Amino acid sequence: MAIKKFAVACYDDEAVLFPAVKKVRHSGYKLHEVYSPFAVHGLDHAVGHKESDLHIAGFIFGLCGTSTAVGFISWILTGDWPINFGGKPHFALPAWIPITFELTVLFAAVGMVMTFCYLNQIMPGVKKHVFHPRQSDDYFVMAIELNDHVKDEEIVKFLKETGAKESFVQIAEDSWWYGRFDKTEPYQQLA
Amino acid sequence: MHLKYESFVREPLVDGDKDYHQVTEDIIGPIEKKPGRMWYVGFIFSLCLLAFGVFSVTWEVYWGIGVWGINRTIGWGWDITNFVWWIGIGHAGTLISAILLLFRQGWRTGVNRAAEAMTIFAVMCAGQFPIFHMGRVWDGFFVLPYPNSRGPLWPNFNSALLWDVFAISTYFTVSLLFWYSGLIPDFATIRDRAKTKFRKMAYGFASFGWTGSSKNWQRHEMLALVLAGLSTPLVLSVHTIVSFDFATSVIPGWHTTIFPPYFVAGAVFSGFAMVQTLLILTRKILHLEEYITLGHLEAMNKVIVLTGSIVGVAYLTELFMSWYSANQYEAGAFKWRIMGPYWWSYWAMMTCNVVSPQLFWFKKLRRNVVFSFIMSIVVNIGMWFERFVIIVTSLYRDYIPGSWAYYSPTWPEVGFYLGTFGLFFTCYFLFAKYFPVIAVAEIKFVLKTSGDNYKRKMDGIEQKSVEEFAQEQAEHH
Repeated sequence: MAIKKFAVACYDDEAVLFPAVKKVRHSGYKLHEVYSPFAVHGLDHAVGHKESDLHIAGFIFGLCGTSTAVGFISWILTGDWPINFGGKPHFALPAWIPITFELTVLFAAVGMVMTFCYLNQIMPGVKKHVFHPRQSDDYFVMAIELNDHVKDEEIVKFLKETGAKESFVQIAEDSWWYGRFDKTEPYQQLA
Repeated sequence: MHLKYESFVREPLVDGDKDYHQVTEDIIGPIEKKPGRMWYVGFIFSLCLLAFGVFSVTWEVYWGIGVWGINRTIGWGWDITNFVWWIGIGHAGTLISAILLLFRQGWRTGVNRAAEAMTIFAVMCAGQFPIFHMGRVWDGFFVLPYPNSRGPLWPNFNSALLWDVFAISTYFTVSLLFWYSGLIPDFATIRDRAKTKFRKMAYGFASFGWTGSSKNWQRHEMLALVLAGLSTPLVLSVHTIVSFDFATSVIPGWHTTIFPPYFVAGAVFSGFAMVQTLLILTRKILHLEEYITLGHLEAMNKVIVLTGSIVGVAYLTELFMSWYSANQYEAGAFKWRIMGPYWWSYWAMMTCNVVSPQLFWFKKLRRNVVFSFIMSIVVNIGMWFERFVIIVTSLYRDYIPGSWAYYSPTWPEVGFYLGTFGLFFTCYFLFAKYFPVIAVAEIKFVLKTSGDNYKRKMDGIEQKSVEEFAQEQAEHH
């Protein structure tokens, strides 16, 4: 958790946003994040994120589900309490496929969603700074982390030139905290 | 990259002059307004139905299963019919959101949110029937494999009925997660434009603190894709396993290998019909005709005619096999199905499911809202009869003529069924009031390729020669 100074630029068109992101990164500014109302394809690469490995988590959780099901059922029906169903084998693997499959899917899905929430640091009760209320409506909002050497007017002007509809400097918390969205935070009164 | 060109041959998915803000306004707007008269009337009516359902179920729990019309010959009646019916309806949502996502069907964006909500509510309704059919419902948790003081005595993992417990609870959980993960960004949209303190707090809580950063969106896309990949076989597995409840038994009429695909097709068929019923009403009441267009309705009607035909082929195959198997009991089961005292249910099923959907081969009828609405109800009546036919008419004339019986429901059975309608519509009315009924973020995602006003701007591209177009695209990237 840290309160930092950010330059914020708002764009209303993806076609303007992409060159602007490129320009900001080439100019050596520290691009914090770009916020968008929907998933803009290619934006993650333009910002410089590498591919997400979330699917690996899904795979591992899925394997856990498979082994839980097979291990648990085979232990019960061959070890803990074997029952004779008309002389059929105790280790009746084909009959366990449905439950094994369901538990694989269940573990993979639940585990992946939990990993997703953990990685994104989202949870009921978590609050994060919203740079512009329209970033979930029709604005693509770029936040640049500023150090003391950059002058406010300079960066605002630079961002305007990249095609931003609005650009300004804002004090913001860069991480998450427990809070409610109907409350104003103390740092917001600083700006 | 994102501004890809889409041919004019493809109908726009969003009609009218829309920009991103207008999309938000159109879909989130109704949430911020007071609901209309129709909403209150419908909601209170649903609550009354729900209350009657609760009363009927309480009556049954108090007096026991004996208050139902089922008897020793026909042990499964309306309750299991309704269970299979609701669970079948619950297949469309995840099919739309998962399978159509994998197939890259753009039209899913307009209907997936409501369809998924419908799925979740339908599965909730379906789950009530087997639970209360247990009789001693307070012992219902015995189906769960937990270390208990009775040995521990475990449930039978080789039984199709236990597979069903796992299949349905998994399906419910995964559908809920899929649905909610899509809702998070839309809740953030409501939160960020909220004026009232309560709305800010409530939607802030529901949105998990989502901000829409590019990294989060990247993971969100990945999550949606993998969940779709997981849900696709899951959807198919659930009704397959429901069909195993029948197919793994040795009752003539049930013991067939055709059941899994036949049940899945029937489930998609009835599910799409229910989506159609709800969406035609929703688009009318919330004025969302520009997002749920005639094209959307037509696409769903095409699925209905396809799956209806598959179901029809399955019915005929069953008949053929009852003769071809040379098994007198199999032949007897179908003879009594078609010509016995329950002939009317068989022919109602045939008419509603096989004959009437064929009218959707006509484009005019596929794009007719009133006709689609009526058909969607006819299909669901037909699919209810299908389950009734499979369950009751396979049981009522068994091996020993001395035990042949007839079955009609009593009021607590009917009340239970009506009660699930109450539950379903109560949930749906609350959903329509407080949740974005269309996936806002997903509509914005397709807007610039498939929105009417954006497509019109691509007139120039349409005139270009292929070489010119290809070269331009190559330079663009």
